[in-house]
Amino acid sequence: MPSHPSTDFEQQLVEQRSYLMRFARLQLRNDAWAEDAVSETLLAALAKPQAFEARSQLKTWLVGILKHKIIDAMRQRQREVTFDSGSDDDNADPLEHMAFKTDGHFAEKPADWGNPEQDLKSRQFFAILEACTDKLPAVQGRLFLMREWLEMSSEEICKELALTPTNLYVQLHRARLRLRECLDLNWFSQAPTR
Amino acid sequence: MTAAYPFRRTCKEVSALLIAREDRALPLRERLALRLHMAMCQACPRFERQVLTLRNAMKQWRNYSEAGE
Repeated sequence: MPSHPSTDFEQQLVEQRSYLMRFARLQLRNDAWAEDAVSETLLAALAKPQAFEARSQLKTWLVGILKHKIIDAMRQRQREVTFDSGSDDDNADPLEHMAFKTDGHFAEKPADWGNPEQDLKSRQFFAILEACTDKLPAVQGRLFLMREWLEMSSEEICKELALTPTNLYVQLHRARLRLRECLDLNWFSQAPTR
Repeated sequence: MTAAYPFRRTCKEVSALLIAREDRALPLRERLALRLHMAMCQACPRFERQVLTLRNAMKQWRNYSEAGE
């Protein structure tokens, strides 16, 4: 083991590994790809410790690098990333589960989600939100988090993954409705113990 | 129907538009149809609030999870 002055820095980096893995897995839906992206992130950070010196938040800096590595990984594997082998259920339109009358109007009003400002302060709420996101079918989850975590525009996503806009919008439509349904069931309709 | 009421939309169509709006700009006529429907409907504004809550929640999640908890 080479000993040099930044061993402390190395130790700090290694401690962030599991935190980075959580996001890499959530976005990539593939453990091996996630491992690679995180390893590349840590290597890149080790290669330029001086880039961190001016920063106060190690996590934020690392997440920024990780996001770039993840985008590279998805670009390289664009066919696999967008190949939808989902079940019929995955590919159903969640709008069909909602209570509409035959004339297309709501049979019953959507639930009143109350005062979400309170919910958005709750740690448990975010745990449920993350669990619901994780439960999305793989392709839907990846594309949804490209919008919401990587903060890419729809145009950028189509370009990076060679997707047609129609294909992207169909997947995002399903993802958003599923997430809504999951939160409606697992958070907003639960007894008010919070 | 469509010819007589070019801006009439069902709740189901409006729900799809409210979701689509999160990822793309709606054409002008769809925006107008959405407005007109929302002004008359009791149910869709609730759905819209759910969609906006989700939008906010994802934004907060980004900040919250990356601030290191």
